[in-house]
Amino acid sequence: MRKLLAPEGVDREAVLAGEHFMTGDDACAEGAIAAGCRFYAGYPITPSSEIAERMAKRLPQVGGVYIQMEDELASMAAIIGASCAGAKAMTATSGPGFSLMQENIGLAFMMEAPCVVVDVQRGGPSTGLPTLLGQSDMMQARFGSHGDYAVIAYAPASPQEMFDLTVKAFNMAERFRTPVLVMADELVGHMSERVVIDPDKIEIERRPRPEAKPAEGARILPFGANGRGENGVPPMPLAGEGYRVHFTGLTHDERGYPQIDPETQERMIRRKIRKIWDHRDEIVEYEEVELDDAPIVLVAYGSTARAALRALRLARERGLRVGMLRLITAWPFPGRKVEELKDRELIVPEVNAGQMAREVERWARKPVHRVNRLGGAPIAPEEILQKIEEVA
Amino acid sequence: MAVSVRQVEDEALHVIKTDRHPEDEILRKDRLPHIWCPGCGIGVAVTAYIEALKRSDIPREQHVVVSGIGCTGRVAGYVNLDSYHTTHGRAIPFATGLAIANPELEVTVFSGDGDLFAIGGNHIIHAARRNVDLNVICVNNFNYGMTGGQFGPTTPEEAKTTTTPYGNVEDGFNLPYLAAASGAVYVARWTSLHFRPLRDAILRAFQKRGLTFIEVVSPCPTSFGRPNELGEGLDEMEWYRLSCVIDHDADLREIGLSMRKDSHIVVGNFVDVERPEFLERYERVIQRAQGQRSAAQEVGPESKRDQAQAQGGAA
Repeated sequence: MRKLLAPEGVDREAVLAGEHFMTGDDACAEGAIAAGCRFYAGYPITPSSEIAERMAKRLPQVGGVYIQMEDELASMAAIIGASCAGAKAMTATSGPGFSLMQENIGLAFMMEAPCVVVDVQRGGPSTGLPTLLGQSDMMQARFGSHGDYAVIAYAPASPQEMFDLTVKAFNMAERFRTPVLVMADELVGHMSERVVIDPDKIEIERRPRPEAKPAEGARILPFGANGRGENGVPPMPLAGEGYRVHFTGLTHDERGYPQIDPETQERMIRRKIRKIWDHRDEIVEYEEVELDDAPIVLVAYGSTARAALRALRLARERGLRVGMLRLITAWPFPGRKVEELKDRELIVPEVNAGQMAREVERWARKPVHRVNRLGGAPIAPEEILQKIEEVA
Repeated sequence: MAVSVRQVEDEALHVIKTDRHPEDEILRKDRLPHIWCPGCGIGVAVTAYIEALKRSDIPREQHVVVSGIGCTGRVAGYVNLDSYHTTHGRAIPFATGLAIANPELEVTVFSGDGDLFAIGGNHIIHAARRNVDLNVICVNNFNYGMTGGQFGPTTPEEAKTTTTPYGNVEDGFNLPYLAAASGAVYVARWTSLHFRPLRDAILRAFQKRGLTFIEVVSPCPTSFGRPNELGEGLDEMEWYRLSCVIDHDADLREIGLSMRKDSHIVVGNFVDVERPEFLERYERVIQRAQGQRSAAQEVGPESKRDQAQAQGGAA
């Protein structure tokens, strides 16, 4: 019987080094393994099931455990439990399962338990389009759990990014002691492309750990004020180390003890939000494509950014100066960058009725042009080009 | 030698005068007083757990308590151990993650009947089926006490609660039967009157590998006792004394609880069997996977196989 403690650095034996032709879902699983994930709890759901299948095959090879839970509620709870025992833990799902995970995503935020949740998005609402593309959960990613919280969410646009951003998701989860979301989509999950895995380029971050040894009478503060000096992220004691910690979903004080009053609510929830928000400049990532001379800017993410890039090229061929801002983190949102672009014509294509477009509008302080499809098929470059020509 | 009343009183006074309560070292004194009502049975279950823990060979720091939501859900907050107070119904899957990520932990889920068998009902049957190494202690007080006494999954037919003002028309679960049918390797039922057998059952649960289940029938004088005219906590304890039948070999199909004053409560250590625990079995998976991987590495790099798979349309 072994502990599934996260490896200190890159476990070279475990990493699938080399150049591969693989699907986004497989690349995501390999990213998790490379990042040190050794516990996966999940429930099968299209179009994310290949991640579970790959983890079921790969985790035991590297001494990890794949457990198939009875539902997504259990899956999410199990990865938080595993995280509290020191494992790097992940689950993957799609829209309906993501909805079921929301309550416990809030618990992970509240307990400050690092973990990674992958949502390979499909068309919704409800059972919707199980096998077909959607980008329908972008707002659920931000606001799906009840109460006020902050979240880190990536939007990979290729199998290579499914690998890279899954590694990064684990690093951010560990660094900030928080759940991190990988908001993939069916197209990115199922497409096969070249994926390069170079163990020398993988960086591994570990959660802050208490320096003081557990001792009778001496208490460390797992949710403590000493977090302020450590970027607002308090050290995390693990189950079984002897610190005798208490973790709860109730509003709690620095010791972790329930404290149900408005002052504690302000102090503790604000600190948990701030530890992410104050570091947004280090977290936020985007790609700029030919922005400098462009009066028209496409703001896109995930698989739709690929169609947007093609539309940009077609437009440039026709002499239209078009640029693109590709969101790599959807949340925190690169608001300041969008603010800089507020005098351009902004076009937001997405496979939903206009979710991230609302956030773009909020920062640009004006209406944007939308290209939407409610799911089922990708937006064609020509549809985006048509909108560019309308706007130009 | 006869012991005078005076002597007994002196001894009692002596205990009261000591500055440390016998359970202080396992309780978070700075969290007391607790929220439980006078006459509630949860405290007895907690004390039985603590006394079992003191007698167990497992080092103190390896004992972990996980609770869900509700009155019994608050147990995690009062024990001076690594303790996790999770969301409603999810104590068992949370504990599953803990126990698998660190098999050295002795994880005990302490929660109520509503948390474990209504909102969390799906989890206990699957955890038992998988035989995850967890101890589940269910304090069954037949109602949702924390929220004001609504009926729950164990409320007997005809019982009155705030949401069955005309009497309950549903049957309550027979918990030991359900746990045993789901695959638990140890199943017991005691009441908050049976402190010593309960303590010993918990101690036995610590020794078992796999999922153990102990039901603790408990008074809830505030929310369940009052509308059902069961009296104060002490009256209910007296009723347990009169109505409990110890039968370790009971037919589990026959031991559902009606909570009628003329009915029996069958208690005992009903099931104690051996069945391989989840991680013991998973060890086989690890060995097979690692054997296959080293064989595959001799054939060729993984990337070639991936390529072949993708080209063959296997994905």
